[in-house]
Amino acid sequence: MIKIENLNIHLSEFNLRDINLNIEENEFFILMGPTGAGKTVLLEALAGLIKTKSGNIIIGKKNITKLPPEKRGVGIVYQDYSLFPHLTVLENINYGLHFHKIDKTQAEKRLNRLVEDLNLSHLLKRFPLNLSGGELQRVALARALMVNPSVLLLDEPLSALDTNFREEIRAGLKRLHKNSNVTFLMVTHDFAEALSLADRAAVMNNGIIEQTGSIEDIFQRPDSTFVADFVGMKNLFAAQFRDTKALTGSIEIELGRKPANSHGYIAIRPENIVLSKESLASSMRNSFRGTVTGVLDQGLYYEVDVMVENVTFKSLITKSSLFELGIQEGIEMLLSFKSTAIHNF
Amino acid sequence: MRSKEPFFWITISCGIVIMAFILIPLVEMMTAPSFAMLKETIKDKDVVRSIWLSIYTAGLAAIISFVFGTPLAYLLARTDFTGKRFVESIIDLPIVIPHPVVGIAILSVAGRNHWIGQFFSDLGIRIMGSVTGIVVVLTFVGLPFYVNAVKNGFESISPRLENVSRSLGASMFSTFFRITFPLAWRSMLIGIIMCSARAISEFGAVVIVAYHPMIAPVMIYERFEAYGLKYSQPVAVWLVSVCLALFLILRILTLRNKKEA
Repeated sequence: MIKIENLNIHLSEFNLRDINLNIEENEFFILMGPTGAGKTVLLEALAGLIKTKSGNIIIGKKNITKLPPEKRGVGIVYQDYSLFPHLTVLENINYGLHFHKIDKTQAEKRLNRLVEDLNLSHLLKRFPLNLSGGELQRVALARALMVNPSVLLLDEPLSALDTNFREEIRAGLKRLHKNSNVTFLMVTHDFAEALSLADRAAVMNNGIIEQTGSIEDIFQRPDSTFVADFVGMKNLFAAQFRDTKALTGSIEIELGRKPANSHGYIAIRPENIVLSKESLASSMRNSFRGTVTGVLDQGLYYEVDVMVENVTFKSLITKSSLFELGIQEGIEMLLSFKSTAIHNF
Repeated sequence: MRSKEPFFWITISCGIVIMAFILIPLVEMMTAPSFAMLKETIKDKDVVRSIWLSIYTAGLAAIISFVFGTPLAYLLARTDFTGKRFVESIIDLPIVIPHPVVGIAILSVAGRNHWIGQFFSDLGIRIMGSVTGIVVVLTFVGLPFYVNAVKNGFESISPRLENVSRSLGASMFSTFFRITFPLAWRSMLIGIIMCSARAISEFGAVVIVAYHPMIAPVMIYERFEAYGLKYSQPVAVWLVSVCLALFLILRILTLRNKKEA
């Protein structure tokens, strides 16, 4: 539905290079990446607010690369909501109607539905100045959806909200997407958000797309060290592959399969590494004895660093298991992981 | 800041000195003429004519600045181009050039031996010694104040508001008139006040281009030269009072606008 082909953008201090992306009709697609990766630039290019250097943007069957923003049917909701401060909430929502030929009764119907879906009825006469972040957010969404765009671009809509608010808005976004035939493209740098909202995503870094695919793939099978690190695969080691084994440092890890390449990387999520005192009677093929070199409090979890020969593994465990196992720096532990938990690339 | 520190006392004393420096001469001048003298002065048709001329030429300068300066201010606020700094310095030039030099510079292109002067003279437009000439000079000195005030106003409006407006289907023109203009309106009014305040106070450049028809500052100078301080004061008091009243009205209007928004 949205097709981006070999898109290049040159800004004075930043470039987007060779962007290719396919987004299906009515999909909820997520664009991830650290700050400064170029996510907002890509959104603004889709909306026609930034000049492109080369490449094509196709929405539906129409090449819109050269169209001005008002002819694209692409809505945008910014992180700061950007409501018009001199207009009331109702005037903000209805703003787009000035420029679209929409039947009056139909417009009314859509307004009522959005006001109800987003719980805005008590705010309509107020000015944006005194609204809370969550309220501004809902108004911005209603305003964008009022003109029924074919694509809605969301620039980090949840990052400026309180954490307990996010859940609610996240659920709201999901419902809104389900009830409309609009394709959602959302930027975030929060992986948990991506997991709960979308099926497919792309990871951007430094002006290029590092990986596109299902969230599951990106989370479990990153293609590059950058993506692996970005999605929290903290155990990332360069390795030589020999038959079904990976050699990293001086230890040998059983992969249970034969990689196509002779050297590359292996990555293991820290939550997939199990710590124990005695060897476990389980199907886990890899088990190593090592020394605890660090215990880091991460709020709900503890990160435990275990050094096996010259390789340091990071494992995530809960507070209660930390105390049960009596883990502290300097003691010996057994760490184990399944060969299926190892991702190689 | 702790109030017992010497630094605090230095800031306070400097503040008092500056207030006195500004207020004492002004208050002295404003209170010097007797009521009878003020009454007599305002009955003088020449005085009324010159004050009126001052106000409407300054107003015209502000309107011209508004029409031509607004798009330029927008361009400077929204775009980045090579040579932008250079353009900005050119706009600030009239602020730093000595006033008589401005008059001489304008005269040098307005005369018959320059093609521009020749062109206007063929059209029947006279710059030297005319109301047109006064308006030209006042626009020259007032324009930078308008452009800078409005540029700051535009810069304070997030370009994202315009982006959203366009993504909702509005053209650049509709976006400007529905979003940018209503939000920048206050800074435009401030720009108009700044520009006309500067224009009304101009003397040095005007006196070179047009001694007659006589604007109020030229008349004040002439009365001072011919009859002395006592005769120039009442005209000055009237000019200052009328200007203050006008600016006060404009300020009240802008404040009311703020409340609505």
